[in-house]
Amino acid sequence: MPYKLLIIIPCYNEEASIAALLQQLLQLSLPGQFHKTIAVVNDCSKDRTAGIVSGYPVVLLNLPVNLGIGGAMQTGYRYAQENGFDLAVQMDGDGQHPPAELHKLLVDWLQTQANVIIGSRFIVKQGYQSSFMRRGGIGYLHWLNKLLTGIHVYDSTSGFRLFDKKAIAIAARNYPDEYPEPESIVIFSKQGLTIAETAVVMQERQGGQSSIRHFSQLYYMVKVTIAIFFSFIRKNSKHG
Amino acid sequence: MARIQIIVIIINLLFLLYISKLIVKGRLREEYAIVWIICTIFLIIFSFWRKGLDVVAKLFGVYEAPNLVFTAFIFVILIYLLHLSVVNSKLQNNIKKLTQDMSILKQSIEAEKEKQQD
Repeated sequence: MPYKLLIIIPCYNEEASIAALLQQLLQLSLPGQFHKTIAVVNDCSKDRTAGIVSGYPVVLLNLPVNLGIGGAMQTGYRYAQENGFDLAVQMDGDGQHPPAELHKLLVDWLQTQANVIIGSRFIVKQGYQSSFMRRGGIGYLHWLNKLLTGIHVYDSTSGFRLFDKKAIAIAARNYPDEYPEPESIVIFSKQGLTIAETAVVMQERQGGQSSIRHFSQLYYMVKVTIAIFFSFIRKNSKHG
Repeated sequence: MARIQIIVIIINLLFLLYISKLIVKGRLREEYAIVWIICTIFLIIFSFWRKGLDVVAKLFGVYEAPNLVFTAFIFVILIYLLHLSVVNSKLQNNIKKLTQDMSILKQSIEAEKEKQQD
């Protein structure tokens, strides 16, 4: 039986880049044992994103209220869980994650069978490496994650990740709202999931804006640190 | 009775009346009204019993009675603000769940419709 793979694309005002991404994804051929479905989560975009996406044969989840990246991603995970998907991969709507790289995540999953596979920019230093400031922040998060969970994740802010059934179930129940990537690593590792990293090449965003912009970088660090810390000391079972 | 006492008592009663009106009209939930009613009752007690403030201040070992009023009220207000933040967080969580459910439901309805048309 083929593995059912859901490609989740959270979108907020991505009219400039979404069409190209969807076209690439629809043409993409994956290894035979994977059967892909594409789900676009439109996080209440103010531009024509919804109109553009509805022209493609993809699942369109329109959020009537803006929830932010975490809430939008969780919608995708809940959809994946309710429809019995085996795998879900998160892909940004701005073209940062080239569809061709998806292959690497899947191959890595077949080999390692890890619950979570993170596509990392930093294992093989190739492609878009982010700005100096941001790399400093990412280094700090690496240290913080290592301190709390004992695992090495070099690119903990990478949104390019593959989840298996177990990870989908956890994310559907408990996924952070704002800046979810680093925090979710702590949540997953506390639940005893295995996390692997594989090298991918990323591009600079094709359009739209990052969810983390200039002034908010300090806020990002503070918020993520607090969130990671409390995810760490929180009891496993409840919440959600 | 001093003039200020009468003014304060009248204002307090008006405030109490307004809170009751909000509850009756269903615009204020009872659990949030409790704090406001208790505060008003305290104010009314102390506006009748002028000496009361000095008595309570002495009891707590506070030299200046007004300081006790400020300290106590700031504390109460902080706690209440925290309570409101908790309520707000809960609301936000609920809205998130509803929004997600709604988008998934809508999608499944539309998928069903398309199936029927084919």
